[in-house]
Amino acid sequence: MKRLISEATGMVIGDPEAERSVPPTGFTARLTVFTAAAMAFLSVFALALSLATDRLADQWASELAQTSTIRISAPAEQAEAQVAAALRVLETTPGVASARALTDAEQRELLAPWFGPDLPVDRLPIPRLIEVVETSDGFDTTGLRARLQAEVPGAILDDHTRWREPLVDAASRLRLLGWIAIALIIGATGTMITLAAQSALAANAQVIRVMRLVGAEDGYIARAFVRRFTLRALAGALIGAILAGVAILTLPSADTTGGFLTGLGFRGIEWLWLLAIPVLIGVVAFFATRAAALRVLREQS
Amino acid sequence: MIELEDVAYSYGGAELFSGLSLKLAPGSFHFLTGPSGAGKTTLLKLCYGELLATSGHVMLFEQDAARLDRDQVAMMRRRIGVVHQDCQFLDHLTMRDNVALPLTVSGRSSAFSADLDDLLAWVGLRRQADQLPPQLSGGERQRAALARAVIMSPDVIIADEPTGNIDWEMSQRLLSLLIELNKMGKTILVATHDLNLIRAAKSQVSSRVLRLKDRQLQQAGAEL
Ligand SMILES: Nc1ncnc2c1ncn2[C@@H]1O[C@H](COP(=O)(O)OP(=O)(O)O)[C@@H](O)[C@H]1O
Ligand SMILES: [Mg+2]
Repeated sequence: MKRLISEATGMVIGDPEAERSVPPTGFTARLTVFTAAAMAFLSVFALALSLATDRLADQWASELAQTSTIRISAPAEQAEAQVAAALRVLETTPGVASARALTDAEQRELLAPWFGPDLPVDRLPIPRLIEVVETSDGFDTTGLRARLQAEVPGAILDDHTRWREPLVDAASRLRLLGWIAIALIIGATGTMITLAAQSALAANAQVIRVMRLVGAEDGYIARAFVRRFTLRALAGALIGAILAGVAILTLPSADTTGGFLTGLGFRGIEWLWLLAIPVLIGVVAFFATRAAALRVLREQS
Repeated sequence: MIELEDVAYSYGGAELFSGLSLKLAPGSFHFLTGPSGAGKTTLLKLCYGELLATSGHVMLFEQDAARLDRDQVAMMRRRIGVVHQDCQFLDHLTMRDNVALPLTVSGRSSAFSADLDDLLAWVGLRRQADQLPPQLSGGERQRAALARAVIMSPDVIIADEPTGNIDWEMSQRLLSLLIELNKMGKTILVATHDLNLIRAAKSQVSSRVLRLKDRQLQQAGAEL
């Protein structure tokens, strides 16, 4: 481990001497830069997708945990009695944490955006509302509906937030897919850099032979290649991540409360991920090239 | 320094030689001669750990060559300077960097930079120091290969046909460099089929001539 670390730092600070022994590997080097840039670009988007889905799922899940509503439409003189009856039913319903009728003032407040603040709630035939807070287990909607129908003819149970449940499911699935995509991208990056390094090593078999003849150890020869490919991958990944960051920044922004597409992006500290991705790709390149180099050197001996 | 005991070698099926013993004492000068294809290059490769004997023992500086791992072989290459038959260089580096390559790969490049110029002057390549290997003549390449072989100040110098494709005057010059090294106490082993070269050396240095023929190693005697 210690040796790995010193090798890694030695590589970043540089053993340019070692690298100079290997002739320029123009094409494979450019290939590595491009691959790393493309992969970093894709990773950033996969990551942004994951984070956005994450936020959305959280938001929906917390809304779900809130309330259902019972509307009671009845002639004015029966309203109070029906509200009381409904509350009695709710009291004996398993899964209901609490239930209370909204006051006139609260109802007026709810309606104000549509009808203005001076609405005479008590004189209009508008339904009375009961707010039901569920326990975490929730209640049996069909059962409650049946009981209400029998005992409170004017009551309608409105569990309006429940339709979102499958969406929350889908959102977590999507988030998982985002992370899988990132893992696959990183894996593919490692594979492609391995192949590029391998072809560079094969193309330089003669160079490796000469270096061996003059007493170069495997670690020294490997370092020459590892340094070159890791630095290329790191540079490429930085370019890719920066381009992706700019692309995300320039996405048209809109109100993000419900919007999914417009919520794609990073918030605050999440921008650090833009740095993390090139570093990750650099680390992957380091290990991929090192393994490839040592394997090729073993085979060529 | 280098000791072969009852050594046999074969590429695949055909045995090149067997029952071969050889001892290079410190400060000795040996020529290895024999017809082309007899196995001279192969025998030299056994002497610097490039190849492992099919049977028998090869001892390099009191270490069993068969037991060295690759990094130890690399270390061995720094104690045994080798001039290869087809002297190979890195074509993208100047002659100066090529000659210094053994220093570079052992992490000692800066310490010897003054010596490097002396060494290039010694083999007469000061003027060509900044040229690339393909720009040099055969004789210049051979001398550069010798400079590269001795830059680590090895105890043993092994040269495979060092005068193979260069003219007589240049051969003489290379020989005198080798003799000079031997007088400095280095152990020298030179494979060559150039009998004139051996005769020229005989008058300047006390050397032994070994002949590899019919799968056997013999002392060559008076016929030279
Ligand atoms: N790597 C190899 N694989 C198979 N045969 C080889 C190899 N190297 C050399 N030989 C064969 O071994 C024999 C001796 O080769 P070599 O040691 O180069 O002889 P010399 O240097 O005396 O000319 C030759 O017949 C050659 O064809
Ligand atoms: Mg030969």
